Amino acid sequence: MTHYLLTVHGPAERAEFGGYGSREEMEAAFAATGAFNDRLHAEGYWVFAGGLEAASTATVVDGRGDAPVMTDGPYLESKELIGGFWVIDAPDLDVALRLAADGSKACGGKVEVRPFDGIV
Amino acid sequence: MQQHGTAVVERVFREEYGRLIASLVRRFGDIDIAEEAAGEALVTALEKWPGAGVPPNPGAWLTTTAGNRAIDRLRREKQRDAKHRAALMTYDDAPHEPTGPVEDDRLRLLFTCCHPALAPEARIALTLRLLGGLTVPEIAQAFLVPETTMGQRITRAKRKIAAANVPYRVPQAADLPERLSGVLAVLFLVFNEGYLASGDGDPVRAELTGEAIRLGRVLRHLLPDEPEVAGLLALMVLIESRRRTRVRHGQLVPLDEQDRAGWDHALVAEGHALVRECLATNRPGRYQILAAINAVHTDARTASDTDWSQVLALYDQLSRIDPSPIVALNRAVAVAELDGPDVALSLVDRLPLTGYHPWHAARADLLRRLGRSDEAKTEYDAAIAATQNSAESSYLTRKRGELV
Repeated sequence: MTHYLLTVHGPAERAEFGGYGSREEMEAAFAATGAFNDRLHAEGYWVFAGGLEAASTATVVDGRGDAPVMTDGPYLESKELIGGFWVIDAPDLDVALRLAADGSKACGGKVEVRPFDGIV
Repeated sequence: MQQHGTAVVERVFREEYGRLIASLVRRFGDIDIAEEAAGEALVTALEKWPGAGVPPNPGAWLTTTAGNRAIDRLRREKQRDAKHRAALMTYDDAPHEPTGPVEDDRLRLLFTCCHPALAPEARIALTLRLLGGLTVPEIAQAFLVPETTMGQRITRAKRKIAAANVPYRVPQAADLPERLSGVLAVLFLVFNEGYLASGDGDPVRAELTGEAIRLGRVLRHLLPDEPEVAGLLALMVLIESRRRTRVRHGQLVPLDEQDRAGWDHALVAEGHALVRECLATNRPGRYQILAAINAVHTDARTASDTDWSQVLALYDQLSRIDPSPIVALNRAVAVAELDGPDVALSLVDRLPLTGYHPWHAARADLLRRLGRSDEAKTEYDAAIAATQNSAESSYLTRKRGELV
């Protein structure tokens, strides 16, 4: 079994309905994502997942010097940033990719699949 | 004698490489371990075979020797992480598949090498390296990239397979058609790169066309009930059958000017038999139709005997499943033979293919046949500028020079 990080990428600037076109679209995506999460639990792939606040609420901290330096905003300036993620435990990449495709369809964003080197 | 013996070992090793690596990968679950062990088995074979002779079953000898070397290595290197030892224990007793573990291993590895999570150029390189047994310098030379670049491309792909846990498995039935089309695409790309090589080197690279056909035969043997596998093999052998007559004095010879007696008639017969089998199966696909078109050409005693209405009917069928402008361009060539170059030119002119050298070459030929020499010259110039193949460029230059 391998652990995979599934990150959802979406627009950095969120409009009224969190990047979705309308309230209906947003609610449909939330419902589909909820059902997908239930399936991850039921089928034993679930490790952890979460949705993130807008990237504008992030703070970058550089603690390598004498005093930590704080910078407002995300580490990378980009039009598209991580909006949420899943951590799953799957037997191989084919299973992870299939789950990522279903997750992408559910939440309406592109999903990056990246294996963990280790997990504690 | 020594020299001769070494050559025999290297030929046998190359022939057995795909099987050897595939079975080691299944057993040890790691491509690097498989490659190291195979390399050590080669060293041992080079020491022993020239004196003692090639063993009766060299493949089995190499598999046993390499397997022992891998186990020795894993035992010796205590610092190897637990994963490798676990792999050894897990894979050592892997149950053999009923259809024969060796063949299934190669099929598994082929699907791994052509996995959609790998970049297309990495799939081709990895397939040639692991299943074809070509060396990194050979692959680098074939694709005209520096050796270090090709080495990094292959290393990176292998690292991804290991880290992301890309499975060694033939996909499930539901995924098979799509994944198989990816494998067929890789084989056809390898073949095409050999058949119409880009760059300044040889216009035809027989080692690539030969390797693609060899892997095509393996795939056909492993998946006998997939008509597109038979179709691709038929397509490749029918194109290959004309290879010897296709370039003369460094210049491309078009189909209608080729010496048909010089075709490889054994390959033609093999291709025709496969096409007949596909027709009987009646589950047509892209490669099968392309093979059937080639069979119409190779079936004609002379170029003027070509059954162009049959060619056009097949292109019509192909257009329905692949409505791309490139198919439309090839279809127009058949239309020119049946309805005349003016009708074909009006079809060709509508296609959005500026920059694609066959489009310019086809236009140039049609304009030439219509006696529109000045426009034809301009088109030949555009085609010559766009092609990267020396034999084709030389042919187009001759045709341009013949215009008055």
